[in-house]
Amino acid sequence: MTTRFVLPTVAFMALTSAAQAETLRLLTWGGYAPEDVIALFEAETGHTVEVTKSNNEEMIAKLRATNGGGFDLAQPSQDRIAGPQAEFGIYKPLDMSKIDASLFIPSMLAATAGNTTVDGEVYAVPHIWGTSGLVVNTAEAGDVKDYTDLCSATYAGKVSYRLKRPTLIGFAFSMGLDPFAAYGDEAAYKEILDQVEAKLVECKPNVKTYWDGGDELKNLIRSGEIVAAMAWDTGGWQLNDDNKDITFVAPTSGALGWIDTFVLPARGRADDAAYAWINFVSKPEIAAMITTSAGNFTASKGGDAGVDDALKAKYQASFSQEAIDNIKWYPTVPAGLEALEGAALDRINAAK
Amino acid sequence: MSSDRSKLAFWLLMAPLLIWLVTLIILPHVGMFLVSLREKVGVREYETSFANYAVFFNEPLYWNTFARTAYMSIASTVLTLLIGFPIAYYIAKLTRGRTKTTLFLMCLIPFWVSELVRTFGWMILLRETGVISNVLQYLGLIGGPVEMLYNDAAIMTGLVYTSMLFMVVPLITTLDSLDDSLIEAGYDLGASGFSILREIVIPHAMPGIVSGCIVVFMLSLGNYLTPILLGGKDSLWFTGLIYSQFITRFNWELGSAFGFLLLGLSSLIVFVGLKLSRQSLGKTMAQ
Repeated sequence: MTTRFVLPTVAFMALTSAAQAETLRLLTWGGYAPEDVIALFEAETGHTVEVTKSNNEEMIAKLRATNGGGFDLAQPSQDRIAGPQAEFGIYKPLDMSKIDASLFIPSMLAATAGNTTVDGEVYAVPHIWGTSGLVVNTAEAGDVKDYTDLCSATYAGKVSYRLKRPTLIGFAFSMGLDPFAAYGDEAAYKEILDQVEAKLVECKPNVKTYWDGGDELKNLIRSGEIVAAMAWDTGGWQLNDDNKDITFVAPTSGALGWIDTFVLPARGRADDAAYAWINFVSKPEIAAMITTSAGNFTASKGGDAGVDDALKAKYQASFSQEAIDNIKWYPTVPAGLEALEGAALDRINAAK
Repeated sequence: MSSDRSKLAFWLLMAPLLIWLVTLIILPHVGMFLVSLREKVGVREYETSFANYAVFFNEPLYWNTFARTAYMSIASTVLTLLIGFPIAYYIAKLTRGRTKTTLFLMCLIPFWVSELVRTFGWMILLRETGVISNVLQYLGLIGGPVEMLYNDAAIMTGLVYTSMLFMVVPLITTLDSLDDSLIEAGYDLGASGFSILREIVIPHAMPGIVSGCIVVFMLSLGNYLTPILLGGKDSLWFTGLIYSQFITRFNWELGSAFGFLLLGLSSLIVFVGLKLSRQSLGKTMAQ
């Protein structure tokens, strides 16, 4: 009896020690794993890191195609974990004992854990957070303060937004509705979507084009072809470097807050390296380096101390304490809501 | 004995082709077809049915987009033929030696960079603050900036540009094989340029025209980048719908059904085209 248990254990230990230096295949966003951080990590731990840049939808699609294989660590947003996990089973639970909880801002760690718990198991820890709201050329469109202001006739043909779910949510809040409260009630959510759909169809002639990628949006704003758009905070701050008039504005109805996380894909092979990476990048000095590269702040305790003053100043200019308190954090998307939203988006796209 | 050996040789030679066909084309299609027959009834619960195909026919948006994609692709094919034919005729019949090679190479050069780069090139040219708009303003032809991007004409330009080579190459090959003396004989007999084109050149070039048209049509119909980047708010393209079903909606079942509908309907259009031009697929592909 004992030998039968001991043998595999010894073999397992031999295997893990032989595989000390692992290759970490990281599925992440642009800017989240800068070269200098990877070099420091490789020097300290001996693991090597392979980075694949992606976005929420593609991350889930990639992992779904392989049933959670091909990558050892992924970084979807916290609202996109419980739903896909219930639907496709592409992640595996975290062993929280391997994560140094003292490195994280406690409230964020707890909120993420709460949002990503499926069947009593925690699936994610927070990494980077940010918001989406409005990027405005204040010299030409200073009175754009909320999402619905994009539909003002003054700026006809000079505004842009994405045809994606954040736009639906943002407009709903701006119209005085609360889509997050209706997440659990499909009929109520459908009702909200119908109103938003009508608004966006009405607003359509105002839009120059629906933007798709970050670079496309930056080109549109930088060239002056559009003066206001719905976009991420970092996009606005980057454009601010080129043109002082352009900046990120937190909408009066509240910026939409997202948290990108760390999750383990179901068939990831290098868990040790993955945990090592999570703990490594959550150290305050490393987190500051990532903030400099990605433009967004991290969930690391004290991680904002080492960030350069220019970025802090832009952040404070966009967010008063009131605006921070007003951030609408995305709750977990229940499975099935995306089908409703997709149909609404399709109809907006097809409307004349 | 010897027939056994030649059989073995035959199968060995066939093996790479068979492996290619079975593993990379037939198996994925079978898999996709099976996925398209799954109807999602709940979380991780599926039933076999044709519900996904029914969605396509019941939702006007989807078949409207399909019809739009089809007629835009046919239009771009016709346009490519109209522009490509004179170019091919000039290269094949009116030039010799070095000039011919140079002109042919110039048709090829744009294809040395990726489609993405070519499309971005068009975006730089056509946008409101782009090259064409600025030049026209500089020349005083227009008063203010003009937006030429984000509409169907921009998509058409991109599609024709992208597929020009695939029309010109088969046309040059067929026109090359046309004996010049036939054209001379036509003139000797007093025919006009137009009737020579109609009676001699076009009938001879027919296989090239048809194979060029098939390739260009399929490329346009299956194009994803050009319509997405150059098109505007209303410019839906069927491949874009497939992408969004697969990637942003996580609805592989409907996406697969769309994929099969695209395959089926495009095959049908090619079949009708072959019938109308009285060509057979074998004949056009053999040239």
